[in-house]
Amino acid sequence: MTTPPPIAMLAELTHRCPLSCPYCSNPAQMASVDAELQTDEWARVFNEAAELGVLQLHLSGGEPASRRDLVELVRAARDAGLYTNLITSGIGLTEKRLHALDAAGLDHIQLSLQGTTPEMADEIGGYKGGFDRKMMVAGWIKEIGFPLTLNAVLHRKNLHQLPRALEIAQEMGARRIEVATVQFHGWALQNRDALMPTREQAIEATRIVTEARTALKGTLVIDYVPADYHSDYPKRCMGGWGQVGLNVAPDGEVLPCHAAQSIPHLTFDNVRDKALKDIWYAGAAFDAYRGTDWMPEPCASCDRKLKDFGGCRCQAMALLGDPNATDPVCVKSPHHIDLQARADAHARSDAPLVYRPQPPKVAEPAQ
Amino acid sequence: MIDATAIPTLPRGVRLHFDKVRDTWVLLAPERTVTLDMIGHAILSEVDGVRSFDDITAGLAEKYQAPRDQIAKDSAAFLRTLADRRFLDLMTEVA
Ligand code: SF4
Ligand code: SF4
Repeated sequence: MTTPPPIAMLAELTHRCPLSCPYCSNPAQMASVDAELQTDEWARVFNEAAELGVLQLHLSGGEPASRRDLVELVRAARDAGLYTNLITSGIGLTEKRLHALDAAGLDHIQLSLQGTTPEMADEIGGYKGGFDRKMMVAGWIKEIGFPLTLNAVLHRKNLHQLPRALEIAQEMGARRIEVATVQFHGWALQNRDALMPTREQAIEATRIVTEARTALKGTLVIDYVPADYHSDYPKRCMGGWGQVGLNVAPDGEVLPCHAAQSIPHLTFDNVRDKALKDIWYAGAAFDAYRGTDWMPEPCASCDRKLKDFGGCRCQAMALLGDPNATDPVCVKSPHHIDLQARADAHARSDAPLVYRPQPPKVAEPAQ
Repeated sequence: MIDATAIPTLPRGVRLHFDKVRDTWVLLAPERTVTLDMIGHAILSEVDGVRSFDDITAGLAEKYQAPRDQIAKDSAAFLRTLADRRFLDLMTEVA
């Protein structure tokens, strides 16, 4: 198979964030503030990305608004010709800053929703007053006219709020909502007990989404990420490893997916040392699981292998300790039954939330 | 079908873009990219937020010397798909 150019790039501008969501997918070992790429370095990476074939740029984090140069970065991205999307909790955005982002050419905003009431949202985000602030920000976004996607992360504690989340999206004037059942990567792995939805909740969410899709056709587009521990087939993770997109971590490491650093045998190139193009086409981490050659059975002889590329490598790592294994979400995996039992056990726990910490200011000395 | 007087418009955040690397026109939308074939590009090039669906299909029929109702049928199906995904607004004139 020849390698296609990437379409999308996720730029994790910083791991800093005013919130501390227990389901955060940032790695437990976060990039320190002093290691973050500078404004001109990001601008160069955006240009390299556009030349390589990237069309969609997602500015993410952490909280991208924690970067003081956010407006400059958006301008640089638009100058490079990229469709520029800001993925934010809204905290750190003022009315003035939003107008500056508008003038810089920001194309789209994806706003996260931790809950549909102040009590729920502030408990999950670990930030008092966060919900009220977010609602203000949403008002400014609507006034300015930015296209908006609301991103609701759902788990055992807030899944009952899904119907209200669909209403809020419409009230905010969002064209799209992402209904994302919590995925357990990075920090979130510590919160499987606290957040795993029950099987009944997962089924109920699917029912609500299916009905809403019909009722809201042409008004609100619903993208849905089902609870995968309770599913029978794995997700096509990242659209296939090294097929569609790449991630750049705050310190410039280039990752095939945001959780790839959890796989110990992989080594990552850095945009500070190498051209993005060389990293995409020849980097060791991208080569490791690109295509189908690496696959073990049952994937190797499965007719779905180009459909899901064997599922998520980081999930195989996290759940089985083996990144080369078939994603255990799959019914064909010998570990599937065990995983479903584990999911049910997590869902019965009453463990408290474990909040995400802040990244260190300076890099910790290597041990 | 689409009402003959409806005015198709690309809403903010949806735009045509020539993809140099892949040598093709694409429609860029929030977190989505739609690769356009020649017909799709021809239709969207006529969408200017001013002219009605009827005007657009009449223009296309003349430009490509093709039967008007066939063009209207194909354009309607294509534009309807985009509208359902919220990549296109269909404005109806309010009297
Ligand atoms: S998931 Fe929560 S803590 Fe993590 S970056 Fe997003 S808003 Fe911040
Ligand atoms: S066996 Fe592998 S390729 Fe087949 S469905 Fe399961 S994960 Fe996908």
